[in-house]
Formats: sequence, structure tokens, C-alpha cells
Amino acid sequence: MISATSINAKKPDHQQSMVRRLSTLLWARPGLGLGLLLAPPLGWFLLIYLAALAALFISAFWTVNGFTGEIEHNWTLQNFTTILQSETYRRIALRTIGMAALVSITDIILAFPFAYFMVRIAGPRLRVALFTLVLLPLWTSYLVRVYAWRLILSHDGALNWSLQQLGLPVLDIGYTNWAMWIVFSYIWLPFMIMPIYAAIERIPGSLLEASQDLGAHGFRTFRKVILPMSLPGIVAGSIFTFSLTLGDYITPVLVGGPGSDFIGNVVYANVGIANNIPFAAAYATIPLLVMGIYLMAARRTGAFDVM
Amino acid sequence: MMHKLSKILATGAALTALAGFSLSALAEPAAPNYPKTIGAGEGQLNIVSWEGYAQDDWVLPFEKETGCKVNRKYAGSSDEMVALMRSGGGAEYDLVSASGDASLRLIYGGDVQPIDVSLIPDHKNFIEELKAPDYNTMNGVHYGISYEWGPNVLIWNTAKVKTAPTSWAALYDPANKGKITVPDNPIQIADAALFLMATKPALGIKDPYELNAAQLDAVAELLKAQRPLVKKYWALASDEIELFKNGDVTLGAGWPYQTNTLKADGATVEDTVPVEGATGWADSWMLSAKSAHVNCAYKWMAYVSTPDVQAQQAIYFGETPANPLACPIMDKLDAGSCKKYHLDEAATYLQKIKFWKTPQQACGDGANDCTSYTTWQQKWQEIKG
Repeated sequence: MISATSINAKKPDHQQSMVRRLSTLLWARPGLGLGLLLAPPLGWFLLIYLAALAALFISAFWTVNGFTGEIEHNWTLQNFTTILQSETYRRIALRTIGMAALVSITDIILAFPFAYFMVRIAGPRLRVALFTLVLLPLWTSYLVRVYAWRLILSHDGALNWSLQQLGLPVLDIGYTNWAMWIVFSYIWLPFMIMPIYAAIERIPGSLLEASQDLGAHGFRTFRKVILPMSLPGIVAGSIFTFSLTLGDYITPVLVGGPGSDFIGNVVYANVGIANNIPFAAAYATIPLLVMGIYLMAARRTGAFDVM
Repeated sequence: MMHKLSKILATGAALTALAGFSLSALAEPAAPNYPKTIGAGEGQLNIVSWEGYAQDDWVLPFEKETGCKVNRKYAGSSDEMVALMRSGGGAEYDLVSASGDASLRLIYGGDVQPIDVSLIPDHKNFIEELKAPDYNTMNGVHYGISYEWGPNVLIWNTAKVKTAPTSWAALYDPANKGKITVPDNPIQIADAALFLMATKPALGIKDPYELNAAQLDAVAELLKAQRPLVKKYWALASDEIELFKNGDVTLGAGWPYQTNTLKADGATVEDTVPVEGATGWADSWMLSAKSAHVNCAYKWMAYVSTPDVQAQQAIYFGETPANPLACPIMDKLDAGSCKKYHLDEAATYLQKIKFWKTPQQACGDGANDCTSYTTWQQKWQEIKG
């Protein structure tokens, strides 16, 4: 094996001194080294990510010529006024945001006791087993899981079969907003459990003991100590569940019924079918705006520390 | 079936860009420049087609026979087809299997050239109505050779629906609440328009693809009333198949393909073209205006028009050939398939079908107050909610 020094030794003198000078420069100015290190990812972020967002936002102010189908680069608020004035688009936006909120709340209610059990009550081996169970669904495709639910909830599906075996009346919830709520809550649950788990794990046991020593029992300790200290985890989890639901358009197509369209579906229809990219861009700014407000609010709770 | 979906989506996509396109102004349809005879092949043929329209079963024998190597490019939508045919200045591809909506766009865009049908021997055998349909022929000039076609049908579960429905009314009947599925596609508006054409003559709808604002509103009204009855608007053919199989729906609008697949699976379903008629699709092979392999292209068009290939295509895809001579071959390949796809009574079956075309502002009767596809798309979103 050739050592690094032997390679260097073969290099001409002036080249070696160049390298040395460069390393001296970097040592003398740590900021420069950091800058060089960060330039590629930062450039990528600026160009690919922010530039794409900017392009999206700008094209929202253009229109499509109804005659030729080509994009006209005249600045207009027409797309936004259409969205604001149309009852349909308002309803779809509210449905999407409402479902995202509902799913987040459902997942908080389901995930909190589970995460608490994992941290405080389960032994190390059980904890590993539970972790595996929580993460296992993430190893399979999102589509597979949604399709599985479709089969479970369908008219002759596993749910109704079970109900019949128990002598109960069958449910007719396949292809409804109820089905969407169930599927979303199931699919994003691991994204809620993980940050809550991390937040609860950070609460020092001594605080709980102190709370009990001071006479606070059960519920009061939960309300005054555990809940406030795990709030950042809850908010962090809700960022995931909220944004993932907000941006989804496959679940509405697969398990939703009539009147289940999301913002994403409208965007997809306008890009893929109607070829009206400016309108799609204008409509896509709604979830962007909602998430912006949500993230700003979340930052105040310290949620970004547990993510 | 993905192909079918993309086809549906495609129609949509193409339709839109086309909305209001036809009026003139832009490019002109290409002038005839017929070859006198089909000469020796150029050794290559580049085609854009739907998936399933250029299978090895009939492409390999063609290559062997003519020496024209077929380079296939599958497109997922009519929009993509149009874009591909315009790529590289229009010289990149020679042939395209365009549906009724994309075809007009290609003609008006000057992307395709007139075809001398006398060089395609089987053309004279075609079903009369498909020799020069208005989606591929303008003023007697052929811009395309009809290929295969099919209707959108009313499908029902015979175990759950005791008396066979004969009218689209079944899909608007409140008694069937929660048992219905219809395609999630703006062109579905035409299906409702077709129904109103028969049931509400007072509206004065003459063509389900040419609706003025008032007529479109009346149609949207009907579709909005249908919405609570709909279990699901299906996006994929497989969606509808699953809905029927799992008992979620007992009635729906779909393609014969779904019925065949369900039947093959042992499901108790039937389909029919109801008394009001039906909408449907019809494809044509079209030749690029700048094709560099005209001889191979003509050889291909002549080849795929032969009864043998038409039969293979029909059975592979589940549709009806333009050439009725394919009937006995279809039966040989798959007993009873000629009757199954109604090729034995093609002329009457065709009459029942209103083929997809692009809703445009310019109505057929010269008026300019019809609603364009863009408007249809918005209406459809409004209907679905």
C-alpha cells in the first residue's frame, strides 16, 4: 500500500507548497473552510428548492390562454380571485385543512399513551419489540397499506365480515371521509409516536419524584409536569401528521368517496388533465401558506428541539 | 388497464389544450402530398402508440415481412402523443395511434399529412362509418386511418340487480343510492348530456359534446343530483373492477374491458349500451407531416388494417376492429369474441356510440357559444365537490 506521504513526496515542490499554503489559509480563516464545506448543499438548497418554490409562486400570477392553451406571462390576480370566490375551491381547502387537523388530534390521542408506556412502563426488551412494531409498517409501501385498508373497509371486506360474525350490523364506511380519517390516522401514527417518545424520554425521573414528594399525584403530575414538558414532542409530531395529510392526494383517490377531493387532487387535475399550471400553482400556495403559519406557531413551543 | 386510465386522462389532457383551438389562426392542416405507390421500405419506422397497440405478436412478423424495424414509443396520454409528434420539429416520429380528441389537434396543428387511402387495400373493407369519420377526415381529405373503437357501457351486478337495466336512468335513480360508480373524468359530462338529450328534448341538446352555458348548467344539475348516489368516482379501470368484486357497487358506467375482466374472475356482471346510446372512443393511425419513412409507414397502416392484426389487437385490448373481416379470425382466436365485441353488428352498434371529441367554443353549427373543455373541467370539479 502506498502511503499518503509517499504520494506527496513524488509531487513537485511548487505543488506541495500550494497545498500547504491552502491549508494554512483555511487554518487561519475557519470561516472560509466552513463556507467551502457548506457551499454545495447550500447552493443545492437555494437553486433546486427555493428556486422551484419561487417559480411556483411566480407562475401563480400568470394565466392560460383559453384559445391556444399556452401560458400567458401577464401579471394578474385572476387565479387567486377564482379560488377565493368559488365555493368549491374554498370547501376543498377547508376539507383538507380540517382533515389534517383532525388526523393530528387523533394521532396525539393514540400516540401519547403508547409513547408513555414505551418510555416509563415497558422493559427494555418489550420496548425494542414495540419500537419494531411501530416502525414495521414504514418498511412496506405506503400504497400497499392504503390498499390494504381499502380491502378492510370495503362492503364485503374484513371489517364487515367480522361484524357479521359477531352478530352486529354492518358498517358502510368504505369510500367515505370516515375511511380517509381512519387511513390517515393509521398511516401517520408512527410519525407522532416517535417525537412524543423522544420528548417523554427527556423528562428527568427526578422531576416526577419531586412532583410526587410535593404531594401532586397521578393526574396533577401529568397535567403540570409531563404534559408541558412533552408538548414540544406533541407539536413536532403534529407538524409531520399535519403536513403529510395536507399534501396527500393518493389516499383521497383510493379510499375517499365522492366529495373527498383534497387540495392535492385539484392541483393534480389542473396539471395533469386541464394543463392549467398557473391555476395549480395558485392553489398550491394555500398549503404553503398554512404550513408557514403552522411552523411559525410550532417554533414558539420549542418543537424544533425534539425533531 | 393503466393504459386505459392514461387514455382517459389523456383524453382530458388533450382536450384542454385543444379547447378553443380549432378556430384557425395557428397552423394550417397539411396539404396532400401522396406517394404514387408504396416503394421499398426505408428500414426504420418510429411510432408513438398506446401501450398494447404495438405488441410483438404482430410487430415481429411485420418487421420480418417488410424489413422496417419498428421503434416503439408508448405515450401515456393524448397530450403526450401530441407533444411527441411535435418533438424534433415533427420529424422524430412517423406514426401515432391518436384517439378522437388528439387527432383533431394534430390535424389543425399541421402535424400530420393526408393519407391516400387507395394505398391501403383493407380500407375499402372498413365499416362504412369508419372510412371517413369527422375526427380523422376533413373535407373529404383523410388525415388518419381508423383503427379500433369501443363504447362506454352500463355495467351491473346480475345477482343484485334483478331486472336488467336498459336505460342510463338507473345511474340517476335515487333508489340506487350508494351503489353507483362513474368515471372520474370531465368528459363524463357528455354521458349525462347524452341522457338529457333523450329524456329532456326541451333543452335542445343536439350533440353531447356541444353544450351552451345553459345546457351545461342543466347537465351539471343532473350530475350534482347524482353525486349523493355515487359510492365512488373511479379513476382506474381496476378501481371499478374492485368496487364490483367487493360488493361496494351494483351499477356503474365503464368499458367492456371491466365486464370481461370481472366475468373472467367469476363475477356475475353484464353490460349493455342503453337505449339512449353511449359515448365511446375511436383511434386512428396518423402520419407525421415530416415523416422520413413514408413507405414503411404506409406498409404499417396497410398491415394493421388487415383482418389478422385487427383481430389480434381487438382481443388483446378488448375493443372492436374497424375491419369487419376480422370477425371469423377473432372467433378462431377466442370463440365468441366477434359477437362479444359486436363486430357482427358493427353498423348498428356504431350508431349507438357518440365518440369522444373535444368540447370547443365553436359549435358544429357555426355558432360560437359552446362551452370549452376548460369550462367542463371546472364544472366537473364543482360537481364532485
